[in-house]
Amino acid sequence: MIYNIPYIAVMLLILVGLYAVIAKRNIIKIIMGISIIESGVNLFLVALGYREGGLAPIFTNLPEKTQIPGQLVLPVPQALTLTSIVIGVAVLALMLALAVQIYKHYKTLDVRSVRRLKE
Amino acid sequence: MSFDVISHSPALLIAIPLFGAFFTPVISRLHAKVRDGFVIVVIALTEILAIFLAQDIYTNGIRKYVFGASLPSLTRPDTISIPVRIIFEVDGMSIFMVLISLTIALVAAIYSTSFFKKEDGLDRYYTLLLLLTVGMLGMELTGDLFNFFVFLEITSISSTALIAFWIDRGESLEAALKYIIISSLGALFVLMAIGFLYGQYDALNIAALANSIQFTFIDKIALVLLLAALAMKAGIAPMHMWLPDAYGEAPPSVTIAIVAATQASLYAVLRICFTLYGSVIGMSTIGWLLIGLGLLTIFVGVTMALIQKSLTRTIAYAAVGEIGYMIIGVGTALAASTETFASVALKGGIFHIFNDVLDIGLLFLVAGAVIYATNERSLENLGGLARRMKYTTIFFLIGLLAVAGMPPMNGFASKILIYESTYQLNPIISIIAILSSILLLAIFVKIFYSLFLGPELPNLKDVKEVPTGMLIAMSILAIVIIIIGLFPGYFMQNLVEPAATALSNPSNYINAILGGA
Amino acid sequence: MNPFTPITTGSGFWNPLIWIIAFITALLLVYAIRLFGNKQYKKGSSQTKPFLSGNVAENNEQLHVKGVNVYWGFTEAFKGYYDKMKRIHTGDTRDYVLWFLIVMIGLFFIVLGVL
Repeated sequence: MIYNIPYIAVMLLILVGLYAVIAKRNIIKIIMGISIIESGVNLFLVALGYREGGLAPIFTNLPEKTQIPGQLVLPVPQALTLTSIVIGVAVLALMLALAVQIYKHYKTLDVRSVRRLKE
Repeated sequence: MSFDVISHSPALLIAIPLFGAFFTPVISRLHAKVRDGFVIVVIALTEILAIFLAQDIYTNGIRKYVFGASLPSLTRPDTISIPVRIIFEVDGMSIFMVLISLTIALVAAIYSTSFFKKEDGLDRYYTLLLLLTVGMLGMELTGDLFNFFVFLEITSISSTALIAFWIDRGESLEAALKYIIISSLGALFVLMAIGFLYGQYDALNIAALANSIQFTFIDKIALVLLLAALAMKAGIAPMHMWLPDAYGEAPPSVTIAIVAATQASLYAVLRICFTLYGSVIGMSTIGWLLIGLGLLTIFVGVTMALIQKSLTRTIAYAAVGEIGYMIIGVGTALAASTETFASVALKGGIFHIFNDVLDIGLLFLVAGAVIYATNERSLENLGGLARRMKYTTIFFLIGLLAVAGMPPMNGFASKILIYESTYQLNPIISIIAILSSILLLAIFVKIFYSLFLGPELPNLKDVKEVPTGMLIAMSILAIVIIIIGLFPGYFMQNLVEPAATALSNPSNYINAILGGA
Repeated sequence: MNPFTPITTGSGFWNPLIWIIAFITALLLVYAIRLFGNKQYKKGSSQTKPFLSGNVAENNEQLHVKGVNVYWGFTEAFKGYYDKMKRIHTGDTRDYVLWFLIVMIGLFFIVLGVL
C-alpha cells in the first residue's frame, strides 16, 4: 500500500491543477494550474521507474556483485522527466510573457474580460 | 566518398532546417533579402531531399534510421533484443505528410517575403518558421513515442510565438494565450499516456509497443488519453473552439503553416489507431465514435461559419468543417474494416488531407492579400475589389470551387470517394456531408460576392494589386490544385495508395524494426 | 503511365476529362443560344441600372449588400439554433478545457464500458 502513495499524490496534483485551470479567473492562476499538472505528470514518470530496494543506476558507483539490471532503479524515466521539466520551463516562460503583454494591453488579468474573440 | 545521402536522409530532413533556423539570425545581419533567399533555399533543399526519399520508399519499402548506431539500419544492438535507440521510421504515410508539410512551408516562406511591409523582428519570424517546419517534420517521421512528444511541444511553442507576432493587437495575444494553454494541457496528457504505456511494456518505440500490446485496462486508459488530447490538437468538435481564434488572428502566412501542423496531429491520431493499437483495437466502436465526432465537426464548423463577421475567422470555421470530412472517411474505414468500401474510404480520407491543406491554404493567402491591400479585416467594410485586384479574384475563385467540392477541382476528387463509401455504410452520413458541402459553397459565394463583386466603395478607392511575391505563392498553390484536379488518378496511384496500404498493414511497420536485422 | 486514368470508387468512376468535354459542349450551347438574342439596348438609361425593388440609391455604397447581411433570411430562420450556438462559444479559456474534459470522460465510458 505504501508504494501506491506516489500515484495517489499524482492523481491529487492533477485534480488540483485541473481545478485551478477550470475555476479560477486570474490568468496567472490558470498558468499556475498548468504548472501544477506538469509537476504531477513528472512525479508520475519518476515514480514509474522505482524498484524496491534498488540502487541508483550509476555504473561506476555500485558495490560489488550487484545484479545489472535487476537491482537498479530504471534510468529511462529519469531521462524522460528531465526532458519534460525543461520543456515545461520553456512553456511556462512563454505563457508568462504573453500574460505580461496582455496586461499591458487590457490593463486587467481577468480571463472573462480578455475575451474579444467570441462566438 | 561513401556518404550515401538517401540512407541518411531521415536525419538530414530534420538537420537541414534546424541548422537553417539557427543560422538565420546570423545571416540576417547582412541584408534582409539575403535572409529571405536563405530561408527559401533551405526549405527548397529539404523538399528536394524529401522527394528523393519518397521515390526510394515507393520502390524499396520502409526506411528506418537509428540514431547513434554504427549503421543507420541496425535496430537491435548486439546483446540486447529490443530496439533501445531512437528510431525514425518512414513509411508511405509518413512521407506523404512530409511532402504536404514541406510544400506548405515553402509557400509560406515565399509569401512572407513580400507580406510584411514595415515590421521589424522578421529574423525571429523566419527562425520560428523554420523551427515550426522542424517540429512538423519530426512529428511525421518519428517512430518513437517520447520523441513525438518532444516534437509536438516544439511545434506548439513555435506556433504560439508566431500567432502572437503582431503584438500591437490585443486579439492576437489572447489567441496565442488560449492556444498555448490548450496545447500544453493536451501535451501533458499525451505524456501521461506515454508513461502508462512505458510502465506496462518497458518500450517507447511504436513498433515494439505494437508488437507486444494487449488490450488491458491501463492500455485502454492510455488510448483514451492519447485520442482525446490529439483530437483536441487536430480541431475535432466539441474541442474545436481554439481553432478559429488561432487561425483568425495569426498573420495569414503563419496560418497556413499552422494548418499543416494541425494535420500532423491528425496524422498522429491515425498512427495510433491503425498502427499502435492496430491488432487489438475493437474496430467498430472506435470507428463509429470517429464518425459521430466527424459529423458533429462538419455540422458545427459549417453552420458557425455562416454568421461570422471577420474574413479570416470564416475561413477558419470552414477549415474546422473540412477536418470533419477526413475523420468520417477514416472512421468508415475503421468501422467497416472487412468490406470493400473500407479501403476506398481510407483513400478518400487521406487524399482529403492533402486537398484540404491546399484549398484552405489558398483561401487564407487570398485573405492575407485583401488585408495587405485594404487594411480591413471585417466583411462589413469591403466591396468591389475585383476591379483593382484581378489576379486575387481569380485565385479566390479557384479556392472557392476547390473547397466546396466542385468539379474539376481536387476537392471533388477526394469528396466523391468519401461520399460514395460512407453512403454504403449508412446513407445519413453521406447526406449530411453533401448538404454541408453545399453550405460551404454558399458561405464562400457570399464572401466572393460581398468582397469582390459590386460597385466600387469610396473608402477603397486606391487599393492596388498585391506585390509579386504573394502572387507567386498563391499561383503555386492554384496550379497544384488545378493539376491534382485534372489528373486525380495519377496522384491517387502514386501518393495516396502507398499511404493507405502502409496504414492498413501494421505488420509491415513492426517487421521493419523487429523482424529483420 | 497514363496520367488520364480515372479514379475508381466502389460504385463508379470519375474522369475529369469527360467532365471537361461535357462542360465545353454546354458552354458552346449557351453561346449559341445567346447569339439568338436582341443586341440593341440604350446605354445610360434605366435599362443598365441595377433594380432594387423600386428604391432609389444615390451613391455606390448603398447599392452593395454587405457581407454580413447576405444570408439574413437563413440566419433569421434558424435563430433558435444560432442563439444556442453563440452561447456555447463563449471565448472563455476555461470552457475550452471543460469541453476537453467532458469529451475525455465520455470516451472513457465508451471505450472502457463497451470494449
